[in-house]
Amino acid sequence: MADALTITDLVKQFGGLTATDHLSLSVDEGEVHAVIGPNGAGKTTLIGQLTGEITPNSGSIRFAGREITGLPVHRRSMLGLARSFQITNVLADFSAKANVALAVQAHQGHSFRFLRKAANDPRLVDPALEYLAIVGLDNRAEVAAANLSHGEQRQLELAMALATQPSMLLLDEPMAGMGPEDSARMVDILKRLKGDLTILLVEHDMDAVFALADRITVLVYGRAIATGTPDAIRSDPEVRAAYLGEETADA
Amino acid sequence: MNWILLIEQCLNGIQLGLLLFLLAAGLTLVFGIMDLVNLAHGSLYMVGAYFAATFTAWTGSFVLAIVLTLPATLIVGAVVEIVCLRSLYNRDHLDQVLATFGLILFFNELVRLVWGPAGLSVPLPEFLSSSLELLPGLIYPSYRLAIILASLAAAFFLYWLVARTRIGMLIRAGASNREMVGALGINIRFLFTIVFGLGAALAGFAGLMAAPISTVEIGMGENVLILAFVVIVIGGIGSIRGAFVAAILIGLIDTVGRAFLPDVIGTFFDDEFADAAAPALASMSIYLLMVVILAFRPEGLFSAKSG
Amino acid sequence: MISIRYGFIAFVMIALAAVPTVAVAIDEPFYVSMFTRMLVMAIAACSLNLVLGYGGMVSFGHAAYLGLGAYVVGIGFYHASNDGMEWALNGWMHLALAIIIPGLVALLVGAISLRTRGVYFIMITLAFSQMLYYFFIGLERYGGDDGLSLWFLSDFGGVMDMNDDVHLYYLSYGLLLLILFMLYRLVNSRFGMVIKGAKSNERRLMAVGFPTYRYRLVAFGISGAICGVAGFLMANQSEFVSTAEMHWVHSGDLIVMVVLGGMGTLFGPVLGAVGFLMLEQYLPEMIRGGCEVIGGNDCGVAGEYWKIVFGPLLIMIVLFARGGIDGLLQGKVGRNG
Repeated sequence: MADALTITDLVKQFGGLTATDHLSLSVDEGEVHAVIGPNGAGKTTLIGQLTGEITPNSGSIRFAGREITGLPVHRRSMLGLARSFQITNVLADFSAKANVALAVQAHQGHSFRFLRKAANDPRLVDPALEYLAIVGLDNRAEVAAANLSHGEQRQLELAMALATQPSMLLLDEPMAGMGPEDSARMVDILKRLKGDLTILLVEHDMDAVFALADRITVLVYGRAIATGTPDAIRSDPEVRAAYLGEETADA
Repeated sequence: MNWILLIEQCLNGIQLGLLLFLLAAGLTLVFGIMDLVNLAHGSLYMVGAYFAATFTAWTGSFVLAIVLTLPATLIVGAVVEIVCLRSLYNRDHLDQVLATFGLILFFNELVRLVWGPAGLSVPLPEFLSSSLELLPGLIYPSYRLAIILASLAAAFFLYWLVARTRIGMLIRAGASNREMVGALGINIRFLFTIVFGLGAALAGFAGLMAAPISTVEIGMGENVLILAFVVIVIGGIGSIRGAFVAAILIGLIDTVGRAFLPDVIGTFFDDEFADAAAPALASMSIYLLMVVILAFRPEGLFSAKSG
Repeated sequence: MISIRYGFIAFVMIALAAVPTVAVAIDEPFYVSMFTRMLVMAIAACSLNLVLGYGGMVSFGHAAYLGLGAYVVGIGFYHASNDGMEWALNGWMHLALAIIIPGLVALLVGAISLRTRGVYFIMITLAFSQMLYYFFIGLERYGGDDGLSLWFLSDFGGVMDMNDDVHLYYLSYGLLLLILFMLYRLVNSRFGMVIKGAKSNERRLMAVGFPTYRYRLVAFGISGAICGVAGFLMANQSEFVSTAEMHWVHSGDLIVMVVLGGMGTLFGPVLGAVGFLMLEQYLPEMIRGGCEVIGGNDCGVAGEYWKIVFGPLLIMIVLFARGGIDGLLQGKVGRNG
């Protein structure tokens, strides 16, 4: 199977701190690849480098067969790499529908179109409603994003990422701050997307990770200490010592 | 080129730069620590000059006027902070720009009400009204020299205060990480009032010293305020060191540019054009410098966050 | 509440349309030029609102584009009257250049300024406008500091006569309506969604694939061009062009108008400009009147110090009625009104 994303020897330093330490990682097409690790392991820094918000010191990132290391954020989105944010990051004063419609619009050519009203353009609105339906928010389309519940905002995040018609999703803790009910719903949604999309999942919720992931990479101090199937990771003694600890061993 | 003239103009430039620094220091501290854009800082400069005029007239002594003006502007600053600016710290910059713009209108009108619309002049203090021969052929007014020395003294005082004292430690901590100071259990509100009052006193001091060599008039703070903003933006917001470097730079460019650009332009174009264009070009050059610096370093030369 | 809001806006727009008729009827022609100035400032405020209200870009230098538009007329006049270049008075050419030149300058200013953020953006736009201010002071030929009195105004042949205050009034009114219509289409178009989205959350917009910089830049250019139209009208209205209009305090006035009326709403800046100039005109008299009611002395003098009320009023608006007049009409009071 072809690699969707290949990270080679990536290094990122902040002052004296090495957040990403010669990291190499590849994600197969169609796979759900989870990245786990304790706080401060460099997971969010990694996502930042993949999306282009953070420039690595050295190393390379290849996506869909081309080098993207130096590309700006919006160009990566155009290539089919979408992300969700760890801290909910939607347009608070826009309705849920308008949020998703903007994401749809971003991928329908340039937006130097000054006259036609965007709010009732079926080319924007119809797909937006479809993506809202996928994440189960279709009945909340007209509600301002600021007035959605936390769980709903996370779903909206996902809908916006999907609306850019990506081939790969980078999900930065999609379950962050969610109660068990919302988490279960999000796992369901992601399970339905599995197979159609390549997913890199950064997540603390181990139940979700083991439920979704095909492979797991364990990150500690910016280095990958192990990569393997969930079963292999679960029984890896080094991983248990470094990260999973007793709690998961019992589970 | 006339070297004596060049040295003299450089001294003038340094003098202007130091005055700008006194203004900019308060502005950059308030900016860096409280994240507040204070357009009314120039009003405190104006108020300082008016106080100096009044106190000089009352006491007949410029030195006594200084002694009275500094605490007076400090109090005005503290009152403004407590009454108005305190509620602006958590607002966005636009709100701050607007509200302090309102303060400018208020102060200009208040000054007009109290002191009248006509400008005032402050006599040079007797003991500084002579000139000194610094080098053979270089005769320089002792008052301007006194400004340089007094501003340097104020700058060193500020350096000592910020680098060596407990309150300075808090100021520095506040400039790079506001939450941390709060977490230390410091009375932030009081610290802010003190810093603002200090900035006001420095601005007042600058206005006071400028009073005898310029006209004390309404709106005198506005143009110098913009220069002070240029200084702190070039220097990097929150950085006192940056403000110092940028202030001297701006003072020199402005003064030396005004003095020599007519000659420089005159060698390429006719004199009439040079006389007309040079002052404008000198004024523009400051803003041009700022634009160039921001184009390459969008956060100024010395950013407080990176030290 | 919505009906009160639209009712009031409709009332203001219709009342503005009737100004010349009423002014002639009550034999107070002065009102025509006073209200022309309101329309002109309304156009300038609308242009600023595009970047400030819809786009979240706090430009502190829009007086410069106003001045550029005015200088197009002034420079045309200068060459027509001194060099006998009659064609330089052509009104259509003035109007076209007053759109193109400020627009291009705004694109240039924006290209550099939009690389910065927050306070730095405010300050760099201010710096550019100061540069232009001093540039025109340095142009002695066109009056420098003293400005230019215009003996001849923009010449529209037989179509309109700029010397006729009523013609100028309706030209301003028509241009304001046209600009409002264009802005209405613009802010609701795909382009407008990107501009508003970038104000709300630029990072998110880049993440979904928008190169936000170029959209903001184009909005900035459009804003400068519209502001130039206001400058063109202003020169014809005041029959005078000077650098004083480019002073940074006027950039501040424009921001005040936008916020006073209501940022990011279509008619807000119109209400703000009218309200601002009304206050400027009538606040002195109101203070005088109020002073007489409470039986104070020297009430005539008290009125002269109206800014002592206006300044704190501005602060109050910022603190308590952020939605401006339009926000109040919608029944929203407070921070995010």
